[in-house]
Order: sequence, then structure tokens, then C-alpha cells
Amino acid sequence: MDILQEILSGLKHNMLRTILTGLSVSWGIFILIVLLGAGNGLKNGVSSNFSQRATNTVQMWSGTSSLPYQGLKSGRALDFSDKQLTNVDQNLSEASDETGIIDKQSTISWQNEYGSYSVKGVDPYYSTIFNLKFDNDGGRFINEMDLKENSKVIVLDKKIADVLFKSKTSIGEYVRVGEVEFKVVGVNSKKERWGDGSAYIPFTTAQIIFNPDRKFKSIAMEVNGLKTKEANDAFNDKLKKSMSKSLRFDPNDTQALWIWNSQRQYIQTMKIFAGITLFVTIIGIFTLIAGIVGVSNIMLVSVKERTREIGIRKAIGARPGSILLSVIIESILITTIFGYIGMVFGVGLTELVNFVMVQSAASNPSDTGMSVFKDPTVQLSYVFVSTGILIFSGIIAGYMPARRAVKIKPIEAMREE
Amino acid sequence: MITLKNINKTYYTEATSLHVLKGIDLQIDKGEYVAIMGASGSGKSTLLNILGILDNYDLGDYYLNNKLIRDLSEKQAAAYRNEMIGFVFQSFNLINFKNALENVALPLYYKQISRKKRNIIAMEYLDKMGLRDWAFHLPNEMSGGQKQRVAIARAIISQPQILLADEPTGALDSVTTVDVMKVISDLNTSGLTTIVVTHEKSVADEARSIIHLKDGLIERIEKRAF
Repeated sequence: MDILQEILSGLKHNMLRTILTGLSVSWGIFILIVLLGAGNGLKNGVSSNFSQRATNTVQMWSGTSSLPYQGLKSGRALDFSDKQLTNVDQNLSEASDETGIIDKQSTISWQNEYGSYSVKGVDPYYSTIFNLKFDNDGGRFINEMDLKENSKVIVLDKKIADVLFKSKTSIGEYVRVGEVEFKVVGVNSKKERWGDGSAYIPFTTAQIIFNPDRKFKSIAMEVNGLKTKEANDAFNDKLKKSMSKSLRFDPNDTQALWIWNSQRQYIQTMKIFAGITLFVTIIGIFTLIAGIVGVSNIMLVSVKERTREIGIRKAIGARPGSILLSVIIESILITTIFGYIGMVFGVGLTELVNFVMVQSAASNPSDTGMSVFKDPTVQLSYVFVSTGILIFSGIIAGYMPARRAVKIKPIEAMREE
Repeated sequence: MITLKNINKTYYTEATSLHVLKGIDLQIDKGEYVAIMGASGSGKSTLLNILGILDNYDLGDYYLNNKLIRDLSEKQAAAYRNEMIGFVFQSFNLINFKNALENVALPLYYKQISRKKRNIIAMEYLDKMGLRDWAFHLPNEMSGGQKQRVAIARAIISQPQILLADEPTGALDSVTTVDVMKVISDLNTSGLTTIVVTHEKSVADEARSIIHLKDGLIERIEKRAF
């Protein structure tokens, strides 16, 4: 306690120097946290955008052939059927949980409320592939039993439920899709990026009601074990070849089949963000180094300035160890207190930005949760390690010149001005 | 108490060396009052610094209370300076951001004495020096004489056996010089071995023996009768 009072009286006397030393520590930590937070915010924003669907999914759409193939003319409209679903299931080992998607624009009505919406006939896997979200009171998605029994059940996006039912509960109610009644079994609360929302009915039911020719335009699936861009490219080629054989179009035809491989996009984007993270980290490290240099420099000057005082203290009986200890404790005090201040301001700013973003999203009903910047917070372990590094360098920076000063003979130290 | 045998000291610079003390033999007994005089460069301050273990010597032996100083570790030397020797310098060497009380109490801090107790003791010593009312003033608010009396209080607060004073009146006017030398003489009278380096005859005349240094050697020792 006595040593602390002794140190504090010195720091109080050199208030400006103490504050300047401290500010270089605070600023270093503050900037580091803000930079890392910005990097994390970008990364989280993009990752969150990918969460609109599972990252290991592939969806394909049939198009129109643009090249003649095996005696068939170009300009043929291509459609999927159960044959292609089976083909994917049996020939592409990486693919699983495939679902055909039948998409019809229909009027959905309940009592006097109605609207025109996309009604999709899908398998239960669709919910996993597209990350649909069901709140506690949100019911369920289509299940295997619905498929088997061709049930007339429907799942509504929240946007549709809000339009038709306002604040009333929709689950258990019956809505009309065209002229057919469907029982609402679930409400998907995931915010969709585009459009007015969709409704989902069992694939088998959709085939019967909307699709007598049993043709559809899209198939989605999960893919497994494709860790690299190359592996995903190879899978896309394999899928295209398989479809070209099954639907009979030229494998080089760019208009016949459209494939969206989210895993490939994810890997590519994450590579870019790994680069950005690396860049931000490097800037952060240099900021930290600048902080270290600042602290070291000021500590060096501070001890140098005090050489005469150290000489006087030695002349009246201070042991070298006690002088070293007081310089080290002084360094620890300055770097810890100001490091903590920088840390609080840095974390405070990132949390504030995050809070404002969350509040703004919550108060804006049209917000889809899509953003290139999200949750710009920093892992506390990074913050503590960085502060620790600065504190440690402050100690070293104080210790080295202090060690030199205590080694000088008292009479020489007292002559220093 | 103090025995010096053939003490030599040379200062080295990059280009030259300066042999300042060229074999000092000296014996100073407990309670003595010694003045060291000599021209500039004669080695008087160097000798005092060696006596105070503020500087080391190259050759010879220095015994303080029969202990060979060369053998002391830095930690032991610090303890000797703290407990056995009190210093008074021409330029006072007070810590400028500490008030008079804190400056006087500082040696006791290094003796691990509590703040409360050392402040009480320091106040007593300031009182003895007639500076009670100046206890909470910073050195730059005080006159030269006051500063030197604070320095003397600091030098004796540890109740040392030896008081070393290097030109203690060098920065003082003639009236203040008399005051300060009176304080030093009184301390010697109370039993404190006192060694004063000075170039002022009037100051040296207070001592019972005067060592005259010339070119790093003792030219003569003048014993004075009172």
C-alpha cells in the first residue's frame, strides 16, 4: 500500500506525462478493438446472409435448350419430373435430401382477406435446406405423413399470415388456395429477402392439384463432403452431365440448366473475408506495435528524466530492487488502468453500434435481416490478450531503462539533468 | 571508524584518463569533525563520494566500522547508506515534487517504517531545524538556507553515524552559511562524526582537523585546538 502511495505521488506530479503514456495505451487498444470489430461485423454480415439457406445446398432450375442435341432441336422447354429426382438420388452420392419444387402463383384467401402468393409444393427437406424458422407457437412444416396421405395442409410465411389473419392465430384455420381448402399447420417466421412470401404444401398434393403433367422447374438438395471450390465445381459438372443425359440436352448448353451451389459461393466469399480478416488483423497488429512503441518511448523518457531522482533515492538508501519494483508497478498501473479504459471504450463502441443496428432492425418491419455489416463485436479473449501484450511491453519498456539507471553509481545518476 | 589505505581513483574518458586520488591513507575516529579542503580538481569531492559509498575506488582498502567496503553488494551498500551515512549536498538534492516533510521522511520509507510513523518523526526533525511551518511546502517555495536545513534533516533522520557534507554552504549567502554551519556543528557536538568538504576557510575552521588535499594526495593534516 505504501509503495502504491509513493508511486501515485510521482504519477500525480507528472500528470501530463502519465496521461500521455496512458493515452497511447488506450488509443492502441481502442483502435485495435474497433478494427477487429469492423472486420468481424463484415464477416458476420456476410455469414448471416448465407444463413438464408444452409450453406451446403444446391438448387437447379431447368431452362430452355439453346443447342440442338441428338437430333432434337434447340429452343425446347425443359422440365424436371420424378425421373430426375430419382436420378439425383441414385447417381450423385454427394447429394441427399432432395426435393422437387413446384411453384405456382395462386390466390390464397381467408374469410374476406386474400392475396396472390407463390404456393410451393415441396418435400419436408425444404425446411432444412432453406432454414425455415418456426417459433414456439409457429406450428410445424410439411412432414412425411402429409406426403404419404396427400394431405391438404399448408404452411404460410409470416408475411402472408399477417395479411390474412392480422393478429389472429392462423394455425388450425382453413385457407383457400384457388378453390381448394387447406388447413394451416405452420407459420414460417424467417424473414424472406424478396417478395410477399410463400406458402408450402406437400409435394404430392401439389402434383395432384396443380400439376397433372407432373412436371416442375426446380430441384433443391443438400450436398455433403464438398469442402473446396474445386470439389463443388466437379459436383456441378457431374450434376449437369447427369441432367444432360436424363433431359437430353447438350452438356455445353449454357441455357438448359441453371445451378446455384451455395457451398461454392460460401467458400469463395469466406476466402475473400479471410483475406479481409487477415488485413484487419495485420493493421491491428501494427496498431498494437505503434502502441507498444509509444508506451516504450514514453517509459524510456520517463525513466531517463528520473535518473537524478533515482540517484538521490539510492544515496539515501534505496535498494536497486525497490527502485526497479516501483518502476515496474508504475508501468503496470499506467498500462492496466489506461488499457482498461481503451478496452471499455472500444468494446463499448462496438456494442453500441451493434445495439443501434439491432434496435433499428427490430423497429423496421420491412427489415429482412440482410446486411453486409452485423454484430461488430470482438471476442473478449482477443481484447484481453492485446491489453496483456501492451501491459507486458509497458513493463519491459519501463524495466530496461530502470535497470540501467539503478546500475549507474548514485553520484553519476545525481549529476544527470 | 573510517580507515582508508592507499585509496586510488581514476576517471576514464574515451580519450584520456584522470588519476584523481593517488593513494590516500586516512584514519577518522568516531565523533570527529573533519574538513577536507583543496583546490578544484584536488579530489576532495571524489574522496567524500568514496567515503559515502556513492562512488567506488580502483585500488586500496576502505574499512567502515571494520567492514571492507569493496566486499559490499549493491544491496548492502544501500543499507549502509541508509543506516550509517547521512549526506548533505551543495545543490541540496531534494526531490522537487515532494514537500519538505516527504523529503525528510524518505529515508525512513526505505527502512519500511509506516507512513504515519515516519511523518511524525520527520515533523520532529523539521521542528528541530525550525521548519515546522514549512513542512508542506515544496522545495521551490523555499529559500536556499531552508532547503539545506531540510536536506540536513533528511540526512540525520535515520540517526546515522557519519554526516558527509559536500560544500554544504556553496549555494548559500553568508548569513545563512553561519546558520547552517551552526546546525552541523551542533550535530557533531551531539556525537555525530562529521566530514565536510569545502573550499571556504571559515567553514573549515569549524572542524577540529582540516585535511588539505593537493593533486590527489593528502598534503597535510591540520589539527585544530578549541
